[in-house]
Amino acid sequence: MLALIVVPEDADQGISQRIFYIHVPIALTAYFCFALGAWKALLLLWRGEERYDLESYVAIHQGTIFGVLTLVTGSIWAKASWSIWWTWSSRQLVLFLVLFLFYCAYFMLRFSLEDGPRRARSCAVYALFGVVLIPISFLAIRLAQDFIHPVVFTRSGPQMSGSMFAAFCVSWAAVTLLAYVLYRVELLGKQVDARLRDLRDALDARPQHRVRELTGVGS
Amino acid sequence: MTYLADVAALARKDLKVELRTGDTLPAMLLFVLTALVVFHFALPAGATDEAAYGLLWIAIVFTALVGLTRAWVPEHEHGVLDGLVLAPCDRSAIWLGKTIASLAFLLAAQVVALPAFALFFAPLGASALAGVILADLGLCAVGSLVAAMAAGTRSREILLPLLLLPLAIPLVVGGVGSAIADEPARYLLFLGLYDAVFAVLSWASFEYVVTE
Repeated sequence: MLALIVVPEDADQGISQRIFYIHVPIALTAYFCFALGAWKALLLLWRGEERYDLESYVAIHQGTIFGVLTLVTGSIWAKASWSIWWTWSSRQLVLFLVLFLFYCAYFMLRFSLEDGPRRARSCAVYALFGVVLIPISFLAIRLAQDFIHPVVFTRSGPQMSGSMFAAFCVSWAAVTLLAYVLYRVELLGKQVDARLRDLRDALDARPQHRVRELTGVGS
Repeated sequence: MTYLADVAALARKDLKVELRTGDTLPAMLLFVLTALVVFHFALPAGATDEAAYGLLWIAIVFTALVGLTRAWVPEHEHGVLDGLVLAPCDRSAIWLGKTIASLAFLLAAQVVALPAFALFFAPLGASALAGVILADLGLCAVGSLVAAMAAGTRSREILLPLLLLPLAIPLVVGGVGSAIADEPARYLLFLGLYDAVFAVLSWASFEYVVTE
């Protein structure tokens, strides 16, 4: 992140351009998380192993968090460079809004189904729909701009210089690493949770006197 | 051939149930006509035809939602779905039969709604009609799968719109584009692409949604 300070300022946009080094890596990482979630979902449907359900869910959860961050940073950037908080003509922002709504629906689906293989498979199918929706929506948003916004902001700006590209790569690596660590931590937490629940259920299923012997409660 | 016979039998079953009970189609018809009247009052005086085309698409999507919310209710209330899943036919035939039946209901509602729209608001060209039919295909294909997902949950009536609307955004783009753009061919092509991609995906994944 120190690279941010070293990089020369963009000639057109000045200081506000620096958010690029955070915004774009976050957006790419969010896509990557959604793709990972869909890949795990595909593995679940294919191999039928239960652990993929939790992995897919956690990946999509991370993707949604990074998606919200993309919306927020993109909005700040839009405010700084176009002096409006929201613009429908920024394709990436609109796409992230659609994806955000889609994955919120994913969580609604997940929390209104009973725990079990059926929930795992329904969610997996929906996650696969999501990853197909990304390119289709992108195409749709491009098509829609022709009749909603005839004038499109072009942000083709100056090409990146060497040091800018290096800074970009460093930020991207950092954000990806952060996402990976968060993914592992959340996954571990959820796995411990599930294991604890299984143990508690097993304990409840035992005859009462065995429980007393094991735990010392009620003796 | 047996696959097609299964699909035809399943679709015929849905149509027959609808003919005898009349649960869905009258509701869809009344909904879409009422919605058009509401839109008349929602549009400010002097609004362009383009705005009316946009509202037509809202009416179409929500009419489809009205139909799809009811689509799997008979199956769940009487345990028909368990029987269908156990029946010796390909599970995707269940999805295809339901899609055809939903499409039939939606088209029947539109046979009334589109002339009413042309009468109240603005004329509809050939490309707009082609857009409506292509979008109907996609809406029913994705909708009957998502409705099957939602039907197994505690809050199916609320969940279905939440699940389906983000998926329907590209359809609305294509539909509105085919009605108002100068070159509608691109939008029709896009709708065809959407239909093909999502129909194959729904067809392939339906089995996982209904089996225990």
